[in-house]
Amino acid sequence: MTSHRSGRLGLVAVGAALLLAACTGPAAEDPSSGSGQEVPAETGPFRIAVISHGTAGDAFWNVVKNGAEDAGRQLGVPVEYNSDGDPGNQAKLIDNAVAQRVGGLVVSMQNPEAVRPSIENAVRAGIPVVTINSGEEQSAAYGALTHVGQSEGVAGEQAGRKFKEAGKTKLLCVIHEAGNIGQNQRCDGAARGFGAAERLQVDISNPTDVQARIRGAVQTDPSIDAVLTLNSQVAANAVNAIEQVQSQAQVATFDLNADVVSAIKSGDVLFAVDQQQYEQGYLPIVFLKLYRDNRNVVGGGRPVLTGPDLVDKSTVDQIGAYVERGTR
Amino acid sequence: MTATTLDERVGRTRLADRLVVRPEIGALLGAVVVFAFFSITADQFLTGDGVATWLDDASTLGIMAVAVSLLMIGGEFDLSAGVMTASTALVTAILATQAGWNVWLALLASLVFALGVGAFNGWLVMRTGLPSFIVTLGTFLALQGLNLGVTRLVTGTVQVSGMRSAEGYASSGFVFASTVDIGGTKFQISILWWLGFAAVAAWLLVRTRFGNWIFAVGGSPVSSRAVGVPVKRTKILLFMTTALAGWLVGSINILRFASVQANQGIGLELQFIIAAVVGGCLLTGGFGSAIGAAIGALIFGMARQGIVFSRWDSDWFMLFLGVMLLAAVLVNNTFRRRAERVRR
Repeated sequence: MTSHRSGRLGLVAVGAALLLAACTGPAAEDPSSGSGQEVPAETGPFRIAVISHGTAGDAFWNVVKNGAEDAGRQLGVPVEYNSDGDPGNQAKLIDNAVAQRVGGLVVSMQNPEAVRPSIENAVRAGIPVVTINSGEEQSAAYGALTHVGQSEGVAGEQAGRKFKEAGKTKLLCVIHEAGNIGQNQRCDGAARGFGAAERLQVDISNPTDVQARIRGAVQTDPSIDAVLTLNSQVAANAVNAIEQVQSQAQVATFDLNADVVSAIKSGDVLFAVDQQQYEQGYLPIVFLKLYRDNRNVVGGGRPVLTGPDLVDKSTVDQIGAYVERGTR
Repeated sequence: MTATTLDERVGRTRLADRLVVRPEIGALLGAVVVFAFFSITADQFLTGDGVATWLDDASTLGIMAVAVSLLMIGGEFDLSAGVMTASTALVTAILATQAGWNVWLALLASLVFALGVGAFNGWLVMRTGLPSFIVTLGTFLALQGLNLGVTRLVTGTVQVSGMRSAEGYASSGFVFASTVDIGGTKFQISILWWLGFAAVAAWLLVRTRFGNWIFAVGGSPVSSRAVGVPVKRTKILLFMTTALAGWLVGSINILRFASVQANQGIGLELQFIIAAVVGGCLLTGGFGSAIGAAIGALIFGMARQGIVFSRWDSDWFMLFLGVMLLAAVLVNNTFRRRAERVRR
């Protein structure tokens, strides 16, 4: 609660500062102003556009959006969130933000090459860019200040290793968006950490299909004793599927939601790989504000990692409450 | 001026009446309304960069919508048009980056591929007499599977990238993906392709014999066959036109974004049809306009980017878009009914 209130206070303070700035700005006829002594802090309206590749209504990206908007509220920076799963359309949204001359840009790069011209264009226009979520390797080369995210491959590897430590022998990795490169990297990583992994393709927009296909997979190959899903909703479907055929397989998943939390509590889900995407929304806003006010840069070109944080039975009680709040 | 009464068929019609029978007049009005609306609500909508953004958005959609409108006037649908934009891009990208072909050669190969799929669509529809809805739904699914399967097989991942280092990228990129500087604002060359494609299609439709055939086969294939219109050839050519447009958009995309994802383009076919319908095409065929479809795409682009410029919460995005499109179609419909009254 207190942090909330101080956030409001901060907002009022910044708002007042902006108001003052706006008052003095146009009437700056005082010849003493503009002397070399002053810090060249930029004033005036400062807006940040967050443009992700998530589809509308995606639970994961909703948490990112919450993070960005919370940071914006607390810092008094207007934040606008837009998203489009199609890389071409995402590029156009970036162009749109550049045309609006936003003060800062936060972009997720599922398909780095496709958004490259738009990001470079933004950088050329003097707009500081922070990349989030995916695209870690390309971030610096495109001229972004920093990258905030988790390495998908590393996260997958950790999940694979954790399964192995739990004594599992055969792993099934469930991909729910056929063309998503990050998901393929996760399964590749899981295969590295575990030794090998089979893949199963399902369609996230059709939960019945997801459940049926996972059921079919564990039925036809009873030696599968570990199922890794890459999305919390798919995890719930996998748990149901496994219960239906009384398979001995255990599920672990990427990303948290209320269902996953209760499934971890009840032991149906072994663990969840949480990349703490709230930070991916929150931190870039802070970074961009610090860059603007103080020319601070974080990480010196190295990515800032938000995860993975493995959530299992020992930590799930605390974290569960935050999931309900929409921030984990 | 003699006292004899003119036959009403050769009599001069009033300008308003002549305007009102144009299929694209509703779309034009809709575009003016949408344009005015966002010009007022969003500050940057009218800036150079702003205009470049929404024109860019409308351009690739517009190229497809124009081709789809010709096909729809001809009485057919093509549900594989959306995936075709990705398939052609994938063929180009795989040949250029994996097989090491010159980009121009790869583009030529994907053009042949596209025209082949278009011809196959048309041939199958004509041969079997099945609704094009079903036939192209089949090719849509088949292409979707091919896109994913072949891409994974060849590259081991689900996207093909690295076009920028392919031989011939610079010259082909200049043709398909460069920008034109007008008054310090960079406009995508896809806008020129869009305008050119729309102009050619409009000319084809209203000034050539082929255009007459399109209206005829869409209005009544039986009677058009009776008066000697080559129904089969016309329809197959129309499917090939859609495929050609798909290739053009795919080429623009792959050269501009330099990478393509295997699941790209899915669902876009509906947007093409929406733009064509907003532009005055009838779902039943035989009536419509290429210019109208281009304007339909313009409305779509203005609305989609205008909503972002207006800084509305993106959660409501689709609602705004839906209401906007419904309004445009309703305006259109009213005009069409008036038009039909005038004609009678």
